[in-house]
Amino acid sequence: MTLARATGVILAKELRTEFRSRELLGTTIVFVLIVIVLFSFTFNPTSTESRRFGPGLLWLAFLFAGSLMLQSSFLREQTNDTLAALRLAPIDPFSILAGKMAANFLFLLLVEVIMLPAFAVFYNVAIIPVLPQLLLVLSLGTIGIAATGTVFSAVAAQARLRELLLPLLLLPVLGPVLISSTEATIGVLSDPSEFPRVWLTFLTCFDVVFLTAAWMVGEYLLEE
Amino acid sequence: MSTPLASSPKGGSGNGPGECPASGLRIQFSEVEKRYGMRLALRGVSLEIAAGECVALVGHNGSGKTTLLKIAAQLTQPSRGKIAFFSKENGVPLDEVKSRVGMVGHHTLLYEEMTAEENLIFFAKLFGLADPAEKARQALQPVGLTGRATDLVRTFSRGMRQRLSIARALIASPGLLLFDEAGTGLDPEGQQWLGATIQQLHDSGCTIMMSTHGRNETQSAVTRAIRLDGGKITHDSGAGGNPSEVLVMSAVRDSGEGGES
Amino acid sequence: MGGQKQSRAASGAVISAPSILVVFLLLAAASYGALIWAPTENTMGIVQRIFYFHVSSAWTGFVAFIMVFIGGVAYLRTRAQKWDWLSVASAEVGVAFFTIVLVTGPIWAKPVWGIWWTWDARMSSSFLLWVLFVSYLVLRTLVDEPERRAIVSAVFGIFAALDIPLVYFSIWWFRTQHPQPVIGDGGKLDARMGWVLLLSWAAMLGVMAVLIRLRYRLEALRSEVDAIRMEAARNGV
Repeated sequence: MTLARATGVILAKELRTEFRSRELLGTTIVFVLIVIVLFSFTFNPTSTESRRFGPGLLWLAFLFAGSLMLQSSFLREQTNDTLAALRLAPIDPFSILAGKMAANFLFLLLVEVIMLPAFAVFYNVAIIPVLPQLLLVLSLGTIGIAATGTVFSAVAAQARLRELLLPLLLLPVLGPVLISSTEATIGVLSDPSEFPRVWLTFLTCFDVVFLTAAWMVGEYLLEE
Repeated sequence: MSTPLASSPKGGSGNGPGECPASGLRIQFSEVEKRYGMRLALRGVSLEIAAGECVALVGHNGSGKTTLLKIAAQLTQPSRGKIAFFSKENGVPLDEVKSRVGMVGHHTLLYEEMTAEENLIFFAKLFGLADPAEKARQALQPVGLTGRATDLVRTFSRGMRQRLSIARALIASPGLLLFDEAGTGLDPEGQQWLGATIQQLHDSGCTIMMSTHGRNETQSAVTRAIRLDGGKITHDSGAGGNPSEVLVMSAVRDSGEGGES
Repeated sequence: MGGQKQSRAASGAVISAPSILVVFLLLAAASYGALIWAPTENTMGIVQRIFYFHVSSAWTGFVAFIMVFIGGVAYLRTRAQKWDWLSVASAEVGVAFFTIVLVTGPIWAKPVWGIWWTWDARMSSSFLLWVLFVSYLVLRTLVDEPERRAIVSAVFGIFAALDIPLVYFSIWWFRTQHPQPVIGDGGKLDARMGWVLLLSWAAMLGVMAVLIRLRYRLEALRSEVDAIRMEAARNGV
């Protein structure tokens, strides 16, 4: 069974499980809304200030939401020890990680896209004209969050205090993602003709580095 | 409770779920050692299990039974030594072996939030089987769960989960079956069913390794008993021998000393 | 337990007398250089001398964190516990050095620029790095089983170390895009200052090596004690 095939099967399973209950999706969206509301109280949301602070707060909200939501990725494989079932199958162990990374990416991206209209309304920004660029930034940033977050979810699942541990591990490592995604978003929103090349290249670098690292050492986390 | 594995013809007339191929796998453990940190779970175990044998592993908790089974399932690698598998006379490469091994543990290894059918289809796909939906449907029949195919596993009783777990282990028609205390939590009727099922699988040619506690209903098909203590084999009734002695001795020991270390 | 066998880790002196002497001499020389020999900087005065220890501590911290990476990779490939010992020792010493960076920074900044913390590129990066490896240490305390702990720490350590250049670049580029009022740092480096800086770095590296060796030994002994304890428990002692 090829890596791609196995990843696809696992991805399908993850998506099916998630969309059956939709509880995680709903909860995550509400959480992001709460963070946005609270953040709005910390500065005066005029148009110029919104444009400056808004994207940063949005990405911060995504990071927080991600670090909470990514917990369940490997936690749910501890019920009935289904992780062992996955490892018994004749598949590349990395496909387990890859399938979950892909699922988490799609899932987080969905939350972010759903939040975009809310973001536009609350911070008075025009997102329609720059939608493709915005989606690019969202995708690149989310790949970083999902890839790193899924690996760390496997780490945290083996430790105590895992609810606290995952954000503790993930947020510092994602510092560069926060910075570059925010700057790229600001760039895209403030000057649609100007393409934030440096930041997007950097984000791509980040993604490549950590996807490669995950590919090389991730499977050791799944061993017994 | 249903009869064990209904309708599975003897010998590998096909590869329907619930049947073993005509020849089970032969396993060879060579000086296998497993170390967890500084603890030795298995010390220099050398063992050869012929195709079609039904081997019972007995011993206290911590004696190495589960570790040995996990190594056979390739869930964990030996720290030292090797394991090799053979089918008929040919060696089988390790990555291929995985598709020919089924394992049933005391965890059910099933997804609670998916239906019985979905679980089986998922695993059928992971094992690269053609027409997974059909295989899943066929797999449910011998364990008598066809009527519950579209129910969530969450709603199943312990006995039903064990049966589904066995269906999962059998779906790819394995040549080697591993049972790790699979009878735990089953009522006597369930244990009897399990014993009869193992008998049937043994009759159809599977190689079987099972770890058990003491003497119970599931051991009727056993052809060989091996006792482990502190990671070493202390008694082995041998390939052609009589397992009863080792089994009885273990039952007395285990019940006398009252169990787990 | 009868028949003691001399444990491998316990045999021999931890640190040889000559090496301690060398490190001591380096430190003395560096201190002399920093405090007396190097010229006083024009604008900042005497306080600027802390710069030698501040910068060399940061560089030393980097070296320590690179060793965490090396230890992690080596452990995953060989599964020899000693690499895990090296990783944790290096991480702790690295955090110690970055603590020095975080403390000397404000001490330098306050008299010179009037504020304790400037959120400039270097201090921000140092702070993030410090947090990152503190997280590494926290992770270790939350996993009990030694082999599990070694594996997860190795993976996280590798990710954290790979993050270092990414952290520095992103923060640096960010600051370049949003220049702050000029607060700058050491300014021009006199030749003598350059030498003292290198000497300070050598001294710090020496201290780092000693500390890592000590901490490594401690971890090795701890590991042995745990093993003996487990064996004793098993035999019902």
